[in-house]
Amino acid sequence: MSGVPIYATTGQRIWYYGFRVICGLIFFFLIAPILVIIPLSFNAQDFFTFTPEMLAFDPEGYSTKHYEDFFSNSDWQLALRNSLKIAPVATLISVSLGTLAAIGLSQSHVPFRRGIMAILISPMIVPLIISATGMYFFYSNPYIPTPFGKIELPFTLTGTYIGVVLAHAALGIPFVIITVTATLVGFDRSLTRAAANMGAGPVTTFFKVQMPLILPGVVSGGLFAFITSFDEVVVVLFVGSAGQKTLPWQMFTGLREQISPTILAVATILIAVSVVLLFVVELLRRRSERLRGITPS
Amino acid sequence: MAEDMLAADGRPLKASLNRALRRQKLRALMLIAPLLLFIMVSFVMPIFDMLFRSVENQIVSETLPRTTLALQDWDATAAQLPDDPVFEAMYTDLVLAAEYKSHTRLGSRLNYEMTGISSLFRKSGRAVGRFDTDRYTDAFQEADPAYADPAQWAEWMADDEIRAELPRTADAYDGWAKMLVSVEDELPVEEEPWDFVYTALYADAQAGADLPISVDLSGVEPVSLQAQFEDIDEDWLDPDVWLTIKRYSPDYTSGYFLNSVDLTKGADGIEARPENEQIYITLFIRTMIMSMSIMGMCVLLGYPIAWLLANLTDRTANMLMILVLLPFWTSLLVRTSAWKVLLQQEGVINDILVWIGLVADNDRLQMINNQTGTIIAMTHILLPFMILPLYSVMKTIPPSYLRAAKSLGATNWTAFWRVYFPQSVPGIGAGCILVFILAIGYYITPELVGGTKGVFISNRIAYHISSSLNWGLAAALGTILLVVVMLLYWVYDKIVGIDNVKLGG
Repeated sequence: MSGVPIYATTGQRIWYYGFRVICGLIFFFLIAPILVIIPLSFNAQDFFTFTPEMLAFDPEGYSTKHYEDFFSNSDWQLALRNSLKIAPVATLISVSLGTLAAIGLSQSHVPFRRGIMAILISPMIVPLIISATGMYFFYSNPYIPTPFGKIELPFTLTGTYIGVVLAHAALGIPFVIITVTATLVGFDRSLTRAAANMGAGPVTTFFKVQMPLILPGVVSGGLFAFITSFDEVVVVLFVGSAGQKTLPWQMFTGLREQISPTILAVATILIAVSVVLLFVVELLRRRSERLRGITPS
Repeated sequence: MAEDMLAADGRPLKASLNRALRRQKLRALMLIAPLLLFIMVSFVMPIFDMLFRSVENQIVSETLPRTTLALQDWDATAAQLPDDPVFEAMYTDLVLAAEYKSHTRLGSRLNYEMTGISSLFRKSGRAVGRFDTDRYTDAFQEADPAYADPAQWAEWMADDEIRAELPRTADAYDGWAKMLVSVEDELPVEEEPWDFVYTALYADAQAGADLPISVDLSGVEPVSLQAQFEDIDEDWLDPDVWLTIKRYSPDYTSGYFLNSVDLTKGADGIEARPENEQIYITLFIRTMIMSMSIMGMCVLLGYPIAWLLANLTDRTANMLMILVLLPFWTSLLVRTSAWKVLLQQEGVINDILVWIGLVADNDRLQMINNQTGTIIAMTHILLPFMILPLYSVMKTIPPSYLRAAKSLGATNWTAFWRVYFPQSVPGIGAGCILVFILAIGYYITPELVGGTKGVFISNRIAYHISSSLNWGLAAALGTILLVVVMLLYWVYDKIVGIDNVKLGG
């Protein structure tokens, strides 16, 4: 479909351009709410809408005071630090265990493959509120079930850093599994056989041959896991305590209680982060396809 | 074939291959095992814990073990009060529960089933230690000082013959001794038993048991426990209170599930809750309807976009894809706050409408804290989940089919409806299930932009976890939601296959 042919009727022309206008409006609907936040975050007033000064492009109407607030307010700083402490560790757990399992799952003969896959993907499907409820119950009083009754463990995970990290790692795993198995689908098995043939052990083969080739998939899976943890509110709200307050949690309470324009500054920073992530993932996808010998689209 | 083929090491080839296959399977499982174990512990067990809690009800039988047992013989349908043994059992249980401070928890549990029980238990927990039963204690101790000697008591209670003779006393003493050690951190051999132990001893004596040292009890005026309970609160003479305790004394209950579908256990079987307490069916239906509307909106908005992207040149499509992927990658909280900013009455959209003159300044549109707000914001949030699967299906439909249809004489509409659309249905199916699954369990967005009318069942679950502390009901509501989602997950797996889930194009 490249332009309207010259023989098109008026109706066809109207339809062609009308359709494009409709699509444009939908794209606008998708992107405008995100873009509108950016100028609003530079508002000199504590308003959530454009002030007359802003509309007149008067420099007086703009300021970076909400950003200054974000970087000086101890609540926000604590939240940022917590987020940065929780997300990388959770990501590390999901990526290391997830990659290993994805390699296992991509072998040619795996018993119960479908069932295992269903279990591993389920944290993505089960509504967060249900995961959070279950984790809240179980982590506050962990036990080992045996046929003779429960053996209660003498510690609690709710309100602890470890509890939140475990929960977030579990939520990130489906993303790692999906991206890494997708990368492994195109992986040429003869390469590992060739490496083995030349005398490399399984560990050497993995790190020298397989890992570099699937690395883009692993990294983008890791990015998904990272953003899942970094962006997660419901579970941390239930499993964590005030000491584990993360950035989204702080935003959530901010939006619910005293809505402060600092949220818009934080939101703008997060938009910048997601733009960077989006481009990194896109680059990795292309690189991965090139490595696997597929022409990137 | 006369002989089996042999492998290089001399074994039959078949066995050798089988062994290799087994080893391969084992290696694959070994690689998967750590993650599987991790998911089991950190995710699957919590889910099962929640499922278990939706039927678990051990609190009544744990807090009031003797009463539960005694109530088994009580005929609840006669609308009469239970007889003395039940009151005796309740007396012992309540004294102990008040020491363990578990009576208030039990009270709030039973309060879900009958309003007022919570305060009844709290009040009784304070008063139950001051019953007139010290009369028995004095009578025994005056008759023989041995009855006041802790060591003597411990000796009796270690004697199996005496225990068999005095079953109530033994039971009360054991409960008392256990409480003493765990709550008061004292030793029973050093403490004089409490009144309720003597009350049990008196009851045993009245039943004709031989006391270790016989005492003449004819001069002791019996204390009516029923009257003592009545003194605390007249509600104890209400058979409904006892009925509620009896009804919820089994270890497992369907009560929470009945509650979550607006039913309750009445005098004669299951009945509907009072009109003003019926909220959950409405809420489930609302959750369904709103998820469907969001799904419908997503199809409506996603289909043209996916079609456009699938039919543009790769270069342009990739550029436009960014507009779809950016919202997908942007934090949920960011998008929700954006809608909050846009939709509120002093917000950007209302400002623009007033400026254009479509809406009067004093008559701004109410677009937030209601269903409209939830539907708009969630459609925006979930739209990429519809576009991506639709796009990947449409990419596989050859554009030549449409051209072929047209050259055979079909109009634009016929060509689309009869040729293109049926081939895109798998994409619509996949996108719809995905969006529906995600929508039905949403919590954050409805909580922030939904007000009271636009909230989902998940908001109610969160409310029961953190505010009303009715965990059993939260678990039951969660279980119902989980079953619905799992059913859809299964359908999704059948139609699309979980292996084919794609992330970000």
